[in-house]
Amino acid sequence: MQNSAKNFFSKLGIDARLLGMVGALVVLWIVFDLITGGRFLTPRNLFNLSVQTASVAVMATGMVFVIVTRNIDLSVGSMLGFIGMVVAAIQVQVLPDVLGLGHPLIWIIGVLLAISMGALLGAFQGWVIGYLTVPAFIVTLGGFLVYRGAMWWVTKGQTQAPLDATFRLLGGGAEGTLGETLSWVFGVIAAVAAVGIMLMSRRRKSSHGFTVKPVWAEGILMGLAGGLIICFVWVMNSYPIAKGAMKRIAAADGIELTEGMVWYHGVAIPVVILLAVTVCMTIVAQRTRFGRYVYATGGNPEAAELSGINTRLLTVKIFALMGALTGIASIIASARLNAVDVGLGTLDELRVIAAAVIGGTALSGGFGTIYGAVIGALIMQSLQSGMASVGVDAPLQSIVVGIVLVFAVWVDIVYRRRAGL
Amino acid sequence: MDTKTPLIEMKNMSISFGGVRAVDDVSVDLHPGEVVGLLGHNGAGKSTLIKMLSGAYQGTGDIYVNGEKVEIHNPRDARKYNIETIYQTLALADNLDAAANLFLGRELLTPAGTLDDDAMEAETRKIMGRLNPNFQKFSSPVSALSGGQRQSVAIARAVYFNARILIMDEPTAALGPQETQMVAELIQQLKADGIGIFLIDHDVHAVLQLCDRASVMKNGKLVGTVNIPDVTDDDLLSMIILGKNPGEAAA
Repeated sequence: MQNSAKNFFSKLGIDARLLGMVGALVVLWIVFDLITGGRFLTPRNLFNLSVQTASVAVMATGMVFVIVTRNIDLSVGSMLGFIGMVVAAIQVQVLPDVLGLGHPLIWIIGVLLAISMGALLGAFQGWVIGYLTVPAFIVTLGGFLVYRGAMWWVTKGQTQAPLDATFRLLGGGAEGTLGETLSWVFGVIAAVAAVGIMLMSRRRKSSHGFTVKPVWAEGILMGLAGGLIICFVWVMNSYPIAKGAMKRIAAADGIELTEGMVWYHGVAIPVVILLAVTVCMTIVAQRTRFGRYVYATGGNPEAAELSGINTRLLTVKIFALMGALTGIASIIASARLNAVDVGLGTLDELRVIAAAVIGGTALSGGFGTIYGAVIGALIMQSLQSGMASVGVDAPLQSIVVGIVLVFAVWVDIVYRRRAGL
Repeated sequence: MDTKTPLIEMKNMSISFGGVRAVDDVSVDLHPGEVVGLLGHNGAGKSTLIKMLSGAYQGTGDIYVNGEKVEIHNPRDARKYNIETIYQTLALADNLDAAANLFLGRELLTPAGTLDDDAMEAETRKIMGRLNPNFQKFSSPVSALSGGQRQSVAIARAVYFNARILIMDEPTAALGPQETQMVAELIQQLKADGIGIFLIDHDVHAVLQLCDRASVMKNGKLVGTVNIPDVTDDDLLSMIILGKNPGEAAA
C-alpha cells in the first residue's frame, strides 16, 4: 500500500518535500478551522492571509538565491523599513507640492524609487561581500543596523501617512483588488497558461525522445494546477466587500448604490504581484544562465569559478536582486498599512529566512526552490494568523514559531539524508 | 618533432604563495598528438604549474599557444584557446545533473535566450554514449553517481568542446582497473586526433605506459624533461626522489 502510493507520486513527478509542505499546510488549516469553529477557512480569512503573506513571500523568493549561494541577508527587514520611509516621505511631503496631490505620476515614482533604491543598496552590499570578501553575515548585520538608523533620520522618527491613493492599491484592501470580473479573467488566463506550459514541455521532451510522464499523470497534474488556480479565484470572489467600503468606492466611481447590491473582493493586487514575482523568479532559477550559475556556485563554488563563472559579480547581482525584491515588498507592506512608522519591517528578515528554510532551502547551499519559499511563507503566516485567531498570546506565538522552524529544518535534514542528497 | 611549432610553450613560469615559491622558473612544452607527463611528489608544484595554464592561478612567465604569446587571466581565457582541464577534484557541482555540469559556463540557449535543457541533455546522451555507454543517470544530481561515472562526466566536459590541449590532473586516482583502462584508451584516441595532453600523475608506471615525454618537478623546480623510451622507471624515480637528472649524470 505504502509502496503503491510512493509509486503513484513518483509517477506524478511530485517530490516528497513538496508533498510534505503542502500536507503540513493543509493539516494546519484544518486544525485551526476546527479549533475556531469554522472561522479559519473562510473567504475573508483566506483573503487576509494571502495579503499578509505577500510581502514576506516576495522577499523569500530572493532569499532562496542568497541562501543557495551559501550567503545570508539579515538586512532585508531594516532595508524594507528604510525604503518604505523614504518612499512614504517623498509621496507625503515632496511630490504633492511639486506635482499636486493625487497626481498619477506619484505612485509610479514611488514604485520605481523603491525598486531602484533596493537594487542599489543590495548591489552595494553584494559588492562588499563579493569583491571585498567580507562575510555576508557581517555585511548584512551592518546593513540591519545602518538602515534602521537611517530610517529614523529620514523624518526624525515621524510616522508618514496617509500615502498616495493609487499607491495604496498595491497593498490590497477593499479597493486594492482586481475585482470580480478581472479576477475571473486573470484566473482563466493563468490556468490556461499553466496547462499550456505543461503541454509544451511534454511535446518538447518527447520530440527529443526522452521518456515523459504517463498521460494520466500529466492529466492529473494539469487538472490540479488549473483547478487550484480557479478554486483560489472563486474563494477570493466569495468575500463580499463591507458596506462602508462599498459606499466609499461607489462615491469615488460615481456609481449609484442600490439596496441588496453586493460586491466581492476578488484577487488582491499584492497577491497578483506575488504571483508575478514567483513566476519570474522560477523562470530565472530554472531557465536562465544566471539561475544555473546561482545553483552551481552554491553546489561547488570552486567548480563554478573553474568553469569561468564570475562568482564575485554573481554575488553582486544576487544581492541586487534581493534588494529589488525588498523594494517591492516594501511597497506592499507600506501600502497595506497606509502609513510608515519607524517599526516597519522589524523582524521581517527572520520571517523571510524562516520561510525560505521551511520551504526546503538548505543553508549549506545548492538546494532550494522558489515555490518552496512561497509555501514556506504561507505556512509561517498561517501559523501566526491561526494562533492569533485562536487567541494564543503573542509570547507563546513566538515560542511556537521558533520550535516549528527548528523542527522543520530537522525534518528536512533527515529527508535529505534518506534521499542521499 | 622539434621542427614543428609546439602547441603549448610555458617559459620561465613562477608563482609564490605567501613567500613560498610553489613554482620556480619552470619551462615545459607540448606538441600536437603528444602526451607529456608531469611527475613529482605531492607539493612538487605540478598542479600549481598547470593551474597557471588553465587560468585558475596567475603567475609570472610567458605562455605561447601555437607560437603566439597569450595572456591567460582566468579559466574563460584558457577555454578560448581550447585548453580544457580535468581537475583532480573533478570540479563538478554535485547538486546539478550531468548535462548541467557538462555545459556549465557554456550553456546551450534557445532562440529566446533561456537555457535549452533538452538540447543539452540530448548532446550529453550522445557524448556519454561514446565515452561510457553504461551511463544512464541523466536526471540525477552528480552526487548520486559513482566515482567512475563522475570521472566520465568530467572527461566528457573537457572533450566535448573540441579541446586541442587537454590537461588531466591525476585522472585515474579515484578509478578502478576497468575505468583506468577506459581512460588509457581514451588518451590513445585523443592523441590520434592530434590533441596535446598534459598528464599529471605521481604514478611512474602510468606515465611510462601513457606518455611520450615526462617533465619531473621537485620543490617547485624542474628537474628535467626526458623522452620516455630513453629512461627506465628507476631513472624516473631517482629524478622524483633525488632530483637527479639522468641526462646530466650521463654527461
